[in-house]
Amino acid sequence: MARSDVQLMLDVKAGDEQSFALLLHRYRTPLVNFLYRMVRNREQAEDLAQEVFWRVYRAREDYVPSAKFTTWLFRIATNLALNSVRDNRYQRLEISLDAPVTADAEDGDEKTLDVAEKHPNIEQHLIEETRRKMIRHAIEKLPEKQRAAVLLHKYQELDYGEISKILDCSESALKSLLFRAYESLRVELAPLVAQQGK
Amino acid sequence: MSCSRMENKILGYVDGHLKESERLEMEKHLAACAACNLRVNEFRAVTGLLDELPVIEPSEAFDLRVRARVAAEPAKQSWWAWFAPSPRVVFAASMLLLATVWLGSRPPESSLSAADIDKINQNMQVLENYDVISDFAPLSELPQPVQNDDDSDANQTQKM
Repeated sequence: MARSDVQLMLDVKAGDEQSFALLLHRYRTPLVNFLYRMVRNREQAEDLAQEVFWRVYRAREDYVPSAKFTTWLFRIATNLALNSVRDNRYQRLEISLDAPVTADAEDGDEKTLDVAEKHPNIEQHLIEETRRKMIRHAIEKLPEKQRAAVLLHKYQELDYGEISKILDCSESALKSLLFRAYESLRVELAPLVAQQGK
Repeated sequence: MSCSRMENKILGYVDGHLKESERLEMEKHLAACAACNLRVNEFRAVTGLLDELPVIEPSEAFDLRVRARVAAEPAKQSWWAWFAPSPRVVFAASMLLLATVWLGSRPPESSLSAADIDKINQNMQVLENYDVISDFAPLSELPQPVQNDDDSDANQTQKM
């Protein structure tokens, strides 16, 4: 039977390095994806994820299972991501004066090289790629806190109680935040939403 | 239920996380409100669109970098560990203790009486002078006394 996250963390606290390797294996992909969708840069997302795991390890001696492990993990990740996004905003403003960063350049991480092999129908592939690009940009346009809330709700499938603890707000404030975020996405993605409805 | 009250519950309804009573209340409202019904359908469409984003895999170097960083983290010691002496200190302290006990348990090498000590003190000046004179180099350069002549003179005097 698989050990729970809390049990693994308590084992790490007791000096079991193997348990940390299991936690790393369990959360490396969700964490990198969450951070990637927050900061829109793969290298930076991995650096931040690395920092999250390192902070978790460093805090092992003081770990007390007062909350779910995922709440703690994503709280660290969210704080790092929000700080990074805020720092990047100023950097991008400076860069954009000389060399504007295009959306195409940023989307390079997810491009498939062998298009013909995976998508015999190039036109279909281009349509799918355009849809994904619109979705990514709609998420990116959300204010940071709304973006974090949507990503934690949609992709990590955390409940409202956990997300409100991560974002340090009340549950009712979170519901309101999520409603505004999904409203913005609904408006931004209206052409795709209309297609979905057909 | 009014449309404004529905706002905070619409996502819960789409996710299927509402309590049974709340869900029934919501469905009753949706049956009578076309605008909210449309919004629910559109929210469902949005969540469906979000599913289209691909999942990326961390690079191969990611795990290695995390492990290397963790390995570089020095072992943390709790505050009471400060009191735990190192093996070297324990060894040195043990040796010192053993030496003290051994020296303390040894019998005195000689027991001198007060009379002996007085005698040594009296002779100390003579012994010190002897030490100085015996190794006094200039004395060795003096001419040796002619001992035989003196002896014969003394013999003659006795005969006389």
